[in-house]
Amino acid sequence: MTTLSAREALRLAKPLPPLPGLDESINLSIRGRSLWADARRRFLRNHAAVASLVILAIIVLLCAFGSVASPHAFDEPDFENMHAAPSAETAHWFGSDNLGRDLYVRTLLGGRISLMVGALGAVVAVLIGTLYGATAGFVGGKTDSVMMRLLEILASFPVMFLVILLMTFFGRELWLIFLAIGAVSWLDMARIVRGQTLSLKRKEFVEAAHVCGVSTFGIITRHIVPNVLGIVAVYATLLVPSMILFESFLSYLGLGVQEPMTSWGALLEQGAKSIEAAPWELAFPATFLVTTLFCFNFIGDGLRDALDPKDR
Amino acid sequence: MLKFIFRRVFLEALPTLLVLITVTFFLIRLAPGGPFSSEANVPPEVMAAIAAKYRLDQPVWQQYLGYLADLARGDFGPSFKYKDFSVNDLVYAAAPVSFRLGIMAFIVAMLIGISAGITAALKQNTWVDYAVMGVSMVGVVLPNFVLAPVLALVFAIWLKWLPAGGWEGGALAYVVLPVAVLCKHYISVIARITRGSMIEVLSSPFIRTARAKGLPMGYILRRHAMKPALLPVISYLGPAFVGIITGSVVVETFFGIPGIGQLFVNGALNRDYPMVLGLTILVGALTIFFNAVVDILYGFIDPRIRIH
Repeated sequence: MTTLSAREALRLAKPLPPLPGLDESINLSIRGRSLWADARRRFLRNHAAVASLVILAIIVLLCAFGSVASPHAFDEPDFENMHAAPSAETAHWFGSDNLGRDLYVRTLLGGRISLMVGALGAVVAVLIGTLYGATAGFVGGKTDSVMMRLLEILASFPVMFLVILLMTFFGRELWLIFLAIGAVSWLDMARIVRGQTLSLKRKEFVEAAHVCGVSTFGIITRHIVPNVLGIVAVYATLLVPSMILFESFLSYLGLGVQEPMTSWGALLEQGAKSIEAAPWELAFPATFLVTTLFCFNFIGDGLRDALDPKDR
Repeated sequence: MLKFIFRRVFLEALPTLLVLITVTFFLIRLAPGGPFSSEANVPPEVMAAIAAKYRLDQPVWQQYLGYLADLARGDFGPSFKYKDFSVNDLVYAAAPVSFRLGIMAFIVAMLIGISAGITAALKQNTWVDYAVMGVSMVGVVLPNFVLAPVLALVFAIWLKWLPAGGWEGGALAYVVLPVAVLCKHYISVIARITRGSMIEVLSSPFIRTARAKGLPMGYILRRHAMKPALLPVISYLGPAFVGIITGSVVVETFFGIPGIGQLFVNGALNRDYPMVLGLTILVGALTIFFNAVVDILYGFIDPRIRIH
């Protein structure tokens, strides 16, 4: 005789026989829907968000692998073809820049850097913000008011000026850009997470964890944080484009990524200089940047609509 | 009310400013090699002035106190880059330009943003609403440094209507493009905020009462709906001010306008430490001050705020 696991037993037991006298077409077996399944269904119904997801995936794949198709290297000058227009003959599909470097390869490389800064900056911001907010909200009392006071002080700093100040004094290193951008962008995240935590900590399952003797840190990481992940996901998605924008802004001013490496902001700065003679030098990086920003915004909106509990 | 103002200024604004100054002071002394030691291209007389200025021969806490005293007198020290100028001289020359640009952009943003937001709210879920919201989404997403070159290409190079850069003492033709680029983001945000709060206000009971009395819609808007609907816009003024100063960095760099933003970027590129430090603190102080003013203003308009 085989023993059934609990799950199998449930599965076998589930479909109820239709009650006599009821139409067969009415399906009475009710399947539970998890929050995430529900959210996925709603997200998939949002056409703008799904289209953005597809376009974004294409851009990411192109940035990651697209440069293999080109015969040019990102830092190889081609003095025969400076400021060359896009053409299939020279294999400069997006044209070339003032040193004859291939713009197709450079746009994709710049995209890799921009997307990486965006993603890593968002990860840093999410990590700091979630932990900070969850701690402040959960511990409460004096700790909470001190932590929130500190947050308010930081929030009233001129962030961009401070980041440029850091870049000036500590050098223009790529990792420093990640760190600086991430480190100044966690404030909103912390505030949102704190608000959620405040309402979560009165819930029964948290009390149960208390009774079982789980430590405060354990409750925060095992019970509070997973429950705020939905809203964190939404804001992280909206954070990525603002990170990308910030990095582009720094690079545009010449304070971000340094030559021969590049990013969309640095390419735009070059393109803006030669816009009259070679408008494609601006057009291609700008199209990529703006499309990416739009996609992230649509996906963020879609996620918010999908995960927002107020909607139910 | 006085108590509220006192608390806002002396218990919030001033300590925040002090923290900002302290953080920057010690951050800079953490920088590898020390910012005031190894610059090969600084002339010796400037270096001597720097050493005296920053009291490099004294212990750190005396440097710190002296630095605070200097700042309290509004003295930002000599510039590294421009030998014969102090940071103050350069800022005095640049600040009016930036403020003029900023204030114009601000007024344009308020006028267009608020009217667009109200229109969208009144025509909610019609094509007008969708158009306003669509354009404002583009306005939020499209970066300044993409819009600026495109506008310059179209209006300066192709159509030749406007100059592509320069300032010329703020002549009208030179101002149009920078202001357009600078206010784009704020038009979008203000339109969104206004639309949201206006929709909320229009659906509230006192508006229904006013309509039930038979008041004309224009009168209801002016007398009843405007004030509560514009409150969130007022609280956005503080951040908007900071944003306009920040945004002017790109605009001033692109259009070659001799304002604070360009001064800051050149300072950062040339590693002109006193300049960057001074401007950061100056803008920080302005930000904190402006936020406090907006809060106090808000307290006057909306009595509920004062209690908290």
